[in-house]
Amino acid sequence: MKVRIKFSKTGPLKFIGHLDMMRFFQKAIRRADIDVTYTTGFSPHQVMAFANPLGVGLESTGEYFDIEVNSYTTMAEMKDKLNQVVVPGVEILDVCLLPDDAGNAMASVAAARYRISFREGMEPCADWESRFASFCEQETIPATKTTKKSVLEIDIKPSLYEWQILPDHSIMLFLNASSSGTGNIKPAMVLETFFKAEGIEFDPYCLCITRIDTYTDLGTEDAHRFVPMNEVGTSC
Amino acid sequence: MNQNTTQKLALTDDILLAIEKPARYIGNEVNAVIKDKEKIDIRMAMCFPDVYEIGMSHLGIQILYDMLNHYEDTWCERVYSPWVDLDAIMRERHIPLFALESQDPIKDFDFLGITIQYELCYTNILQILDLSDIPLEAKDRTWEHPIVIGGGPCTYNPEPIAPFFDLFYIGEGETRYRDLLDLYKKCKAEHKSREEFLLETARTIPGMYVPQFYDVTYKEDGTIESFTPNKEGVPATITKEMVTDLTHTTYPEKPVVPFTKITQDRVVLEIQRGCIRGCRFCQAGQLYRPVREKDVDTLKQYAVTMLKNTGHEEISLSSLSSSDYSALNELIEFLIEDCDKRRVNISLPSLRIDAFSLDVMSKVQDVKKSSLTFAPEAGTQRLRDVINKGLTREDILNGSIEAFKGGWSRVKLYFMLGLPTETEEDIAGIAELSNEIAAAYFETVPKEERSNGSIQIVASTSFFIPKPFTPFQWARMCTKEEFLDKASLTRKAIMTQLNQKRIKYNWHEADASVMEGILARGDRKIASVILSAYKKGCFYDAWGEYFKNDVWMETFAECNVDPDFYTVRERSLDEIFPWDFLSCGVSKDFLKREWLRATTEGVTTPNCRLQCQGCGANQYGVGVCTEGRS
Repeated sequence: MKVRIKFSKTGPLKFIGHLDMMRFFQKAIRRADIDVTYTTGFSPHQVMAFANPLGVGLESTGEYFDIEVNSYTTMAEMKDKLNQVVVPGVEILDVCLLPDDAGNAMASVAAARYRISFREGMEPCADWESRFASFCEQETIPATKTTKKSVLEIDIKPSLYEWQILPDHSIMLFLNASSSGTGNIKPAMVLETFFKAEGIEFDPYCLCITRIDTYTDLGTEDAHRFVPMNEVGTSC
Repeated sequence: MNQNTTQKLALTDDILLAIEKPARYIGNEVNAVIKDKEKIDIRMAMCFPDVYEIGMSHLGIQILYDMLNHYEDTWCERVYSPWVDLDAIMRERHIPLFALESQDPIKDFDFLGITIQYELCYTNILQILDLSDIPLEAKDRTWEHPIVIGGGPCTYNPEPIAPFFDLFYIGEGETRYRDLLDLYKKCKAEHKSREEFLLETARTIPGMYVPQFYDVTYKEDGTIESFTPNKEGVPATITKEMVTDLTHTTYPEKPVVPFTKITQDRVVLEIQRGCIRGCRFCQAGQLYRPVREKDVDTLKQYAVTMLKNTGHEEISLSSLSSSDYSALNELIEFLIEDCDKRRVNISLPSLRIDAFSLDVMSKVQDVKKSSLTFAPEAGTQRLRDVINKGLTREDILNGSIEAFKGGWSRVKLYFMLGLPTETEEDIAGIAELSNEIAAAYFETVPKEERSNGSIQIVASTSFFIPKPFTPFQWARMCTKEEFLDKASLTRKAIMTQLNQKRIKYNWHEADASVMEGILARGDRKIASVILSAYKKGCFYDAWGEYFKNDVWMETFAECNVDPDFYTVRERSLDEIFPWDFLSCGVSKDFLKREWLRATTEGVTTPNCRLQCQGCGANQYGVGVCTEGRS
């Protein structure tokens, strides 16, 4: 049986990298005595898959990973057991049972919502809000995407599903995060492109980024229907 | 808002994002202890003066951390050496060194306890003090500063670092901290001076060495003439503290679990302390006498509890010689059964290779990927007798043959170069023994069954460093040139072997070994050299890439201290050593007897279980000294 776990990662925990978080949860699952499924062999490991790795320095209120379990009582009990063994800064927000035909966590990721604010005194310019609005309203937004293998010229406009400047002067971005093709757009890249267009030097440190949630797509390529990744499961 | 977004960190985001592995500095790990500052009397920082991954792997601090935090009036936190990247930033921006749990400056603590596990960390001790803004020398400290305590194996010769410490705790930490903390509270309440507190400590609490209350005088030849207390009531000899009942002593059921991968990333179960063997080069084998076992049923409970509380996926046994633990079979069988259920790996310590250990190893390891380890230490039986290493050529060959039959094909061999009485024949013996093992493989395993790429032997040599409180404390240590010649001879001898292509040879760095030798048997005169070398930028000496031998040697010359005095000099039997005022329970007479048996007779001494040798450790009246006599 496949179970999806939603958690938040905040405060000092933002300095813990993705691989260390995986190790953290493997140990937490053991501490919580969850009847997780293991692979066989000399070094058995838990059947576990993370949705979308979060970079060091980012906080999140919508992280997901899937595990396989052999047995359980209720999803609520599993959530409580896990919350009793995590550290401050990690909170299990939801545990749900996935349908048998659910896709794997990583392939299911379609989009992510972020809140971005500038550190004090590090705003790009006084009128950045209106300039950023014009930037987002362009017909196309050409950008350079650097991957391990190549440097690509892409248009990020189709991947910018929503944007908004919130009353507290932070930016909300709802971005394509699918792992296929050039889909996955990181929020820092959008801001970097904006800075470049304005001719301002970009230091990624100027941003405080929180991933608000991660979504899967229940619609089609033409008519998306994004829902938080835990909504495909049931909380029995 | 999450409660933790307001949690304080000593380092700002820009620093934490700029340095390697920020997880080293943020605390907050599973089982880390957080207390309310307002409700405690004593704040203690326990320090391992090396990088987090090394320090967090150390069992001793986990034991004391757990014990001290069980005291309601005390909050014990941890601190490690900031890595070089953060070190530079902290100096530049004047950020004081902080404890992981509270992120508060160490300077504001009552005690700073530093465990000293190897000599090449001495400069890192100064780094810790310096970054904490604590005066490097004890004489310059006031009540404004923490009491700086040293502990661990290197404190059995504390003299090279004596001026940097307010006091040394000699022996096992479980026994006297409560007394020390109570005395501290009493002296504070009575508005006693810092010196009065230290004096009272030295006078009334066993195992406490306060360097400032002892004077040393030297003879013209530089050796010690006298070492005497300069205050009334301070003991002339300080005897090590020791846990007498290892089964019922304190042990951490909830050790701290780091986020980041560390060297010892597993549950560590200490099965016994001490060793019955008495290898003559080995310091631990004398310091922790007599051997004391932990009851096997207690160990089983600890294993289960600790695995549950940490979630670790691996468990390992800790002791100096696990094969000598009397209930080893029972314990390992329990672990295999229980751990298999929990999908926990068992990491076996180096066991004596025999039918039992091979059977166990084949159950818990992938035979094709794992290797056998032998530590003959010397190449010939003659020299193995001199060092009192019981392992024989037959043990090694028979063990190897059994292992080859079981599918193993990798063998690791550990030797030392530069042991007392060593000749070229002994060095050639290293090559010959390695060759014989390879030959035994070809005789044992038919060609068609050599599936795993044939036999691989890795022979490694380290350089012998004489240590205090061993029978070899009188030994002359080789020079760097002699060491390198020996390594070169070893390499050539291996090259002439029939199976040389199957043998890989590694040898240690010679400069660092010589440095370790100087510090190991050094006296108070060396302290000024350590201080100057640190001020010239030496630290992380245990890390090859940061060890600056040229700076060290230059500093010895500037300070007018001859390093050869501590290494290559011949010592007479009646010399007063810098550490002679300490007692680890084993008498100097016994060590002298062993030194003469080694060098003039070349004969072995039976282990403690076979026959008591009257080493002196029976004064504690516990462990192997009383086995079968109660």
